[in-house]
Amino acid sequence: MRNNLGSERQTAARAMPAALVLAALSLLFTPARAEDPAKPACEMPSDMLATEMVLPKAADEVKSSHRLDVTVVGSGSSTLAGPDGASAAYPARLEYYLGQKLSGITVHIATDLHMRQSAEDVAQGFGKLVKDGKPSLVIWQTGTVDALRSIDPDDFRGALGEGIAALKEAGADVVLMNPQYNPRMETVLSVNTYLDNIRVAAQEKDVPLFDRFSLMRQWSDAGDFDFSVTTRSLTQARSVHDCLGRALADFVVAAAHLGPEQPQDSSKDSNKDSNKDSNKDPNKDQK
Amino acid sequence: MSKSMSIDAAAMQAGKRVAAPALAFPVAVGERELRLDLFRGLALWLIFIDHLPTSLLTWFTIRNYGFSDATEIFIFISGYTGAFVYARAMADRGVIIASARIFKRVWQIYAAHILLFTAYLAEISYVATRFENPLYAEEMNVLDFFKQPDVTIIQALLLKFRPVNMDVLPLYIVLMAFLPLILLLMRRKPDFTLLLSVGLYIATWEFDLTLPAYPDGYWYFNPFAWQLLFVFGAWCALGGAVRMSRLMSSKITLGVAAVYLFFSFCVTLTWYIPKLDFLMPLWLEGIIYPIDKTDLDILRFAHFLALAVLTVYFVPRGSPFLQSKWLRPMIVCGQNSLEIFCIGVFLAFAGHFIMAEYNGGAWMHFFITVAGIFIMWATAWTITWYKGVVEKSGSKQSSANADLVGGGP
Repeated sequence: MRNNLGSERQTAARAMPAALVLAALSLLFTPARAEDPAKPACEMPSDMLATEMVLPKAADEVKSSHRLDVTVVGSGSSTLAGPDGASAAYPARLEYYLGQKLSGITVHIATDLHMRQSAEDVAQGFGKLVKDGKPSLVIWQTGTVDALRSIDPDDFRGALGEGIAALKEAGADVVLMNPQYNPRMETVLSVNTYLDNIRVAAQEKDVPLFDRFSLMRQWSDAGDFDFSVTTRSLTQARSVHDCLGRALADFVVAAAHLGPEQPQDSSKDSNKDSNKDSNKDPNKDQK
Repeated sequence: MSKSMSIDAAAMQAGKRVAAPALAFPVAVGERELRLDLFRGLALWLIFIDHLPTSLLTWFTIRNYGFSDATEIFIFISGYTGAFVYARAMADRGVIIASARIFKRVWQIYAAHILLFTAYLAEISYVATRFENPLYAEEMNVLDFFKQPDVTIIQALLLKFRPVNMDVLPLYIVLMAFLPLILLLMRRKPDFTLLLSVGLYIATWEFDLTLPAYPDGYWYFNPFAWQLLFVFGAWCALGGAVRMSRLMSSKITLGVAAVYLFFSFCVTLTWYIPKLDFLMPLWLEGIIYPIDKTDLDILRFAHFLALAVLTVYFVPRGSPFLQSKWLRPMIVCGQNSLEIFCIGVFLAFAGHFIMAEYNGGAWMHFFITVAGIFIMWATAWTITWYKGVVEKSGSKQSSANADLVGGGP
């Protein structure tokens, strides 16, 4: 209650050594990273690739016309740089893995990428998108641009809700996909706010959420990938996108109940070991 | 019930009687309201933990068990202590001097905010260069706002640019800046002032009053709404708590508070265990969601009230429990709130940084949290010790003492 007014000035001087001490101590705890660039495998945790939501229109299309038309709507993180970047990015990998899983079904994945556009801007074109491309499923990768531009969280959630409604009304199922995991991201952006709003929007509108963020964090925790490396090489990026494509294929097959065996068992081929706290909700303030 | 009321009233009477001598020996320990220090210290720790990435310890913070969180505690107690200290200063030394002292405090908080912003700039500049990875081609745009440093930095100086974890101080600055006005009204017509505050809160919800932020959106903590807690704290400090004490300790109030806390806990549970979601009736979801933090949802405010009612009942003033040496770390942190708050934000930056650079897993996370709290405590202890030394050597200079009184909230 009654402090010395002068003492605040010391805050700055004292905080710096404090951080240094913390940094020095932390060095003691630096573990060796399990980094094996040749290892292509990444965990496919079954609990993260299962969903209670369903994709009836996609399931219908597969059953009635033996086709599956998917459009991936996204931003920069849905593609890769380089001349063959697009073919190594997760939408193309998804097409490959879905084709493998669904024998006798023609799988076609289109992409509709909007660099640097917020969810609200992207959602403007949804009616036309479904009308023109006639996808039975739209995978909407979103959140990164909005987080980078600090779009108001309520506006963001509103845009998600309207976008999902527009897609459904135009006749497509929807899967939401959240931003990529990056260990440094949280230090500069309130990523959690956007993750929460995506989760809430998915829950409110009854659409499955492909939790790319948690999945990648799990790969990072398990040592499959070290996302903090600074590199110009595309090796890791390609490998991550391959894993994402495979995980997404599992997810779509599970949600649309397209598995070869019992529909309930569709995620059977996934790995058994699963991380316990990966599904936990980081922050529900926005609910 | 009436017993605890009379104790409270007696204590308040005693507080009034010793008010004059307290001015001469402002750091006398005896009549400090330790509960305020304790819970503000607790709030500071919880805010720090909540600012770090989610970990095991995050599950000990109160936001996981109900609607409100540590911010409510912090703002309420800041209003309470601010009014308590500066109203007395107004009475003793006049409105102008007391206001000047408040504005000096505002300036200090502002300076602290800019200091933290500088730390943030350093961090984001570092991070952006480390995004060099084709996987994160898009995320590298995080530095976009540096392309217009003139705009960004000016917006930060205007408190409109809100870096992550830096939302509370701007709110605190605005609330403190209005404290002279609040006190001026409150000393004459406390209930009317509270009524005005409630009116502004309702108007905020009715007419969507907001403060714009840069580059998009609004202030995360809307001052038009959050002033309610601050003014309510001030109102309690200036006699409201005494008048309410009978109501606060009645069995009915306690019962209602307990039931509401339980209800809030159950609702929170459905957020974390989605399988329980089916237990939430749709009509109830329709009524209570979204629980808006920006505009201090009434459910959050009520949750804070319920917590406060039960806390005041179970931890009465002067409870021997407050003298426990195990609570000292928390209490000294609460007694140096601005410094400790700033260090907490700074440590959260540092903690994020360490966790990102050295992926040490849960143990590292635990260690960083504990180390951070320890640093907060050590700093608070040093400041208190230093103040004691200064006060001993300069206790004869009354002008220095006047500043000591004003430094608290």
